[in-house]
Amino acid sequence: MTQSTLTYNGFYSESPRPGILGWLLSTDHKRIGIMYLCCITTMFIVGACLGIAIRLELIAPGPTIMGPQTYNATFTVHGIIMIFMFIIPSVPAAFGNLVLPIQIGARDVSFPKVNLISWYCYVIGAVLALFSIFTGTGAPDTGWTFYVPFSTHTNTNVSLAAFAAFMLGFSSILTGINFVTTIHRLRAKGMTWGRLPMFVWTLYATAWIQVLATPMLGITLVLVILERTFGAGLFDAARGGDPIMFQHLFWIYSHPAVYIMILPGMGVISEVIPVFARKPLFGYWAMAFSSLAIAFAGSLVWAHHMYASGMSDFAILVFSFLTFIVAIPSAIKVFNWVSTLYKGSIELAPPMLYALSFIFNFSIGGLGGLALGAAASDIHLTDTTFVVGHFHYTMFGGLGFAFFAALHYWLPKFTGRMYNHKIAVIAWALLFVGFNVTYMAMQAVGIQGMPRRYYDYLPEFFPLNLVSTIGSWVLAIGLIMMFVNLWQGMRKGPVVGKNPWGAATLEWTVPSPPPMDNFGPDDPVVTRGPYEFKGVVADEY
Amino acid sequence: MSIEHRDDTGARFGMWLFLYTEVILFSGLFILYAVSLAKFPVQFAEASHKLNIYFGTVNTLVLLTSSLTIALAITAIQRNQIKRTLLLSAMTIALALVFLINKYFEWSAEIGHGIYPGSEHLAEMGPGVTTFFNLYYFTAGLHGLHVLIGGTLISIVSIMVAKGKVTAERYTLLENSALYWHLVDLVWIFLFPLYYLIL
Repeated sequence: MTQSTLTYNGFYSESPRPGILGWLLSTDHKRIGIMYLCCITTMFIVGACLGIAIRLELIAPGPTIMGPQTYNATFTVHGIIMIFMFIIPSVPAAFGNLVLPIQIGARDVSFPKVNLISWYCYVIGAVLALFSIFTGTGAPDTGWTFYVPFSTHTNTNVSLAAFAAFMLGFSSILTGINFVTTIHRLRAKGMTWGRLPMFVWTLYATAWIQVLATPMLGITLVLVILERTFGAGLFDAARGGDPIMFQHLFWIYSHPAVYIMILPGMGVISEVIPVFARKPLFGYWAMAFSSLAIAFAGSLVWAHHMYASGMSDFAILVFSFLTFIVAIPSAIKVFNWVSTLYKGSIELAPPMLYALSFIFNFSIGGLGGLALGAAASDIHLTDTTFVVGHFHYTMFGGLGFAFFAALHYWLPKFTGRMYNHKIAVIAWALLFVGFNVTYMAMQAVGIQGMPRRYYDYLPEFFPLNLVSTIGSWVLAIGLIMMFVNLWQGMRKGPVVGKNPWGAATLEWTVPSPPPMDNFGPDDPVVTRGPYEFKGVVADEY
Repeated sequence: MSIEHRDDTGARFGMWLFLYTEVILFSGLFILYAVSLAKFPVQFAEASHKLNIYFGTVNTLVLLTSSLTIALAITAIQRNQIKRTLLLSAMTIALALVFLINKYFEWSAEIGHGIYPGSEHLAEMGPGVTTFFNLYYFTAGLHGLHVLIGGTLISIVSIMVAKGKVTAERYTLLENSALYWHLVDLVWIFLFPLYYLIL
């Protein structure tokens, strides 16, 4: 690794306030994005450690490293951290904040102060969630879904965890409002809707779901807290309530939330693939509208989580049909990525490897989703580890890998330094292999009938569980390697110029790291599309 | 270094988006109301008759008037009549307080009768009645919280008006607070008939 000094510090050194307050009170979207990135990565590491602990417990039948109550708390906290504190905010809040304003040629988001408040809501939510583990009467043990009636009766610290999730939801809403307004109001001259980078389109679709769906989670969680405080019985069948209503209200948010998680990931992939195939994105408008179509159709399918809960057969039929419709825009995206690669001049740089493995993992996860969306096979597979494998394929193999792709793609922009490519490729290979071993084994054992969330299991499930746990170790080694490599690169990697990848979007026309007001005194005027590579030259590093 | 950014249309647009999220927040409770009403039509009517319609009516009048005063405050600040703006805002805040005080007396009376979420007296009255009052307390409580937030918001903006930070040239903050206040009013316009009138 070459030692070199960075002569230009961009927004790191230009701040109206010096020191730590310059960060904590900053309304600059890049600083807020970096703060998000630090918090989110920390939460990811905490969640990953809990995940490895779960896998370790399940390495063999019977108790291994923890008791049943600890196990319940572990998978609950793993779920709450990973869903609410990593997957949902990871790409939109961290990379959205960092990149979106620059990509549309704006100086900042529409409401910089609201942006900062949103970060504080996130931090408060995260701190409360961690508090709920160590204080009160024990860590929450309901699973991240807070299902009634258990969540209203258990003595553990569910209320605090639910309130934490409420705060995180509030943070998500504020980010969504900010992004929709920013994209509508602050596009630079010449930045027409047809020239928006695909990342912006997906963030736009995501932001609408955040605004439209998240309040429903808010009211549902508030009701759980009220039920626990007053013992009211709105969800208690014995007192005239209805537990199924809770599931409906919960999934009206939480299913669209799945698309809050995956859409920005798809945006990252749509940015990375054209750059490293040196070809314009195939089917620009199809890609743009499929993002909106996923957001729209994805909001209509919440009850496919409830086939086994007791719904009318007709309702199951309708929700099954609607669920299959979501596969169409998702497939449009996959086919268009593949068409972009066709006859491209493909460079297998680290971001590209993550992007390609995203397509692979997400396709497996998506096809598994069809098996679960069809009522007949779902009745067999529901609440087995197949479901766990499936959503890890879409969420970790999808969004997780997109997040890593984004880290490898944009970190050089925001740190001004490049990581070691060789180590990055080895880390990617370990991650990819470890990931597939872990979750493919989980899916296989689920098809055999192993239930999810169980502390103990029958001896015949042992071999595949062992394979899965060993896979999780490979995964962990890959993660450590990747993070260490990125950290080393950020600290003392070779200095990069404006445009190390030769990309054509606006963020690559400003210095790395970008200056405080992004573009200097004059706003940029956009004269070309985001994927027109003619005349774009990659800087040497 | 940073160039001042100002976009009144954008600010209003953002506020409308936020108000939409508030509507969705309340809609969860409205869905529960609809489902429960379909399940317990008789019990809901029975429970509804236990509510004191006079409290509800007075509060409806109070809130409608407060929406008028805050709307007049916007017109006043547009015409640069600062004193009148402050007076009208103060009237809105006062009416918000009247609403909350009235709510306090209404709830005290009902709690005095043993009707509150989780009470034994309520449990004896059977499933449908319990559901009605639980929803009534939760919805009205959430609405009351919004009255409190709205009143606080208008108070803060009034101080900014008095200090000259919100003026005839830039009054979006007052306008957005007023929009929020109209939402509080609007939600009540739905709550009042659902709980007091139609059953």
